[in-house]
Amino acid sequence: MATAEMNGATFEIDEDGFLLDYGAFNENWIEYVRGQEGIDELNEEHTKVIEVLQDYYEKNGIAPMVRVLSKLTKFKLKHIYELFPSGPGKGACKMAGLPKPTGCV
Amino acid sequence: MSDEIKPDALLDKIDYKTPTTDWMSTSSVQIRPGMYCYSANPKSLDTLDMPYSRKWNPLEEDWKLPENWQEIIHEGLKTRLERFRTFRVFMDICVRCGACADKCHFFLGTGDPKNMPVLRAELLRSVYRNDFSTAAKILNKFPGGKSFSGSRSMTLDVLKEWWYYFFQCTECRRCSVFCPYGIDTAEITIMGRELLNLLGLNIDWIATPVSNCFQTGNHLGIQPHAFKDMIDFFTEDIEEITGVDVDPQINKKGADILFITPSGDVFADPGTYTCQGYMILFKYLKDKYDLNVTWSTYASEGGNFGFFTSHETMKRLNAKMYAEAKRLGVKWILGGECGHMWRVINQYMDTMNGPADFLEEPVNPITGTKFENAKSTKMVHICEFTADLIKHDKLEMDISRNDNLVLTYHDSCNPARGMGLLDEPRYIINKTCKEFYEMPENTIREKTFCCGSGAGLNAGENIELRMAGGLPRANAVKYVHEKFGVNSLCCICAIDRAAFPALMEYWVPEVDVIGIHELVGNALILEGEHKRETDLRMEPLPGVEQTKEEDDE
Repeated sequence: MATAEMNGATFEIDEDGFLLDYGAFNENWIEYVRGQEGIDELNEEHTKVIEVLQDYYEKNGIAPMVRVLSKLTKFKLKHIYELFPSGPGKGACKMAGLPKPTGCV
Repeated sequence: MSDEIKPDALLDKIDYKTPTTDWMSTSSVQIRPGMYCYSANPKSLDTLDMPYSRKWNPLEEDWKLPENWQEIIHEGLKTRLERFRTFRVFMDICVRCGACADKCHFFLGTGDPKNMPVLRAELLRSVYRNDFSTAAKILNKFPGGKSFSGSRSMTLDVLKEWWYYFFQCTECRRCSVFCPYGIDTAEITIMGRELLNLLGLNIDWIATPVSNCFQTGNHLGIQPHAFKDMIDFFTEDIEEITGVDVDPQINKKGADILFITPSGDVFADPGTYTCQGYMILFKYLKDKYDLNVTWSTYASEGGNFGFFTSHETMKRLNAKMYAEAKRLGVKWILGGECGHMWRVINQYMDTMNGPADFLEEPVNPITGTKFENAKSTKMVHICEFTADLIKHDKLEMDISRNDNLVLTYHDSCNPARGMGLLDEPRYIINKTCKEFYEMPENTIREKTFCCGSGAGLNAGENIELRMAGGLPRANAVKYVHEKFGVNSLCCICAIDRAAFPALMEYWVPEVDVIGIHELVGNALILEGEHKRETDLRMEPLPGVEQTKEEDDE
């Protein structure tokens, strides 16, 4: 099983670096993905995207579709890409600790 | 990372040179990142009671196989040869003429000889000959006999080769069109994958959607409340665009028709706009003709990744279509724009989970048209349905709203080759848009080129394979883009809609992807709608900005 480490904390991850156990999410995980994503500094907008993703995931068991994420955060998709260079799935969902989206998408 | 390979570099990699050795003497298979999908999550196999769930890595030497794996394959092959007469015939009758060799998009896009359909089939056929052909058994007793009879023993190398290449086939069946014997190579891949599943060797992009579908009703694992939430979201957007609340019906008992579409349409752009198109159509038919169409949160998946796993898995997932139609008491079922879903429906559903004698033989209540071809399945393709409505002049449309589109049409493999749905989509396009151009004759209709991502291969980790396999299709799109200024690729499959945006971005970035019912949704004039300013993507309608400027002057 692959693992990632940050500030002494260890996380189990999948092949693409997504957190395997959502329950293990914490600040160290955010810090780890920030480094992976090459984001210099996190701001309120990053935090907002993460909160919206986690809230939706906890209610629905899946990540929101991109259009819903855009509506809930009031950020255009282009802006989400500016915040998370790998995009809403590989960047934002990963940082929020959500599992990798799998399916007909 | 493999997804960093630039188009030019990918083109340079294609090598059609004939190998120097006979195919059976080539070296062991090299499983290469970018060309394969991750192994199945053991949890997903467990929910389906599939055997030998475990964590294993295709790149590692040890695949953690059960000790008697050769025996399992031999017995599995034997059972299937007895059960499926087609399979036995396809094993026996190939004369290796090579007519299929250069018809496969994966061969054309990679140059790998083992992606020639004949050779991909030969990977399995060689073991069949070794284990089951009397003639080969006699020949094999002589020196050089194995090579002469084309037989191979089942070794770990052979197994790995099976796995690598049976997951480099999208079961699109283009090769079958050219086979003088009518061998359905997709069925050989289907059997190959079924045998691999006996050893727990599925890929995760198939196994997890299948597990989700089995547990929650759809590939994406959308639970009922979330499904309704998504439909509500579309309803709000449509109201913003048209001023009309389309008030979709969900799980409605006593509705006339049950509608089932792939969950990708509900979740992934640009399929979501096609989904909004369906919703506008159903509202129109409700207002004007009092036709009640319902969605279902239980039968909330048209696609069937079980089809890429085993016959039994396909059957289990498909069962909910008839079960839900029965529970809701509808007259018949209408199916959305999906690809492989239609092969499952047309070729298997009726005998697998039918007969659906509790349903009526489908008749369009608005036009009186009998859908003779759906007489036994009781399930009608939405393109046939809509084309029939347009033909009888039952839809009022403003097609100038699609004036910004210069279209070409991709025949999605399974509706084209699996059910002969060739003219209805074109009819709708011609009635909803002004500019439509066909791609070259050799790449459309029955001879259509696959998107390169079907049959469960639309994952992220095999992106090089997908871009290579999609090259012949993209090349034809590029041709009409350059010749006629085509800016939109229209298709009727959810996997197409998920896969083409990446493929176009890679090979023909100027071309966008659109579904047929997005065109219909844009054009339909709903009762009581306000003047539309935008299309379903909330982009200004053609002429709107211009008119505004004129108004300002």
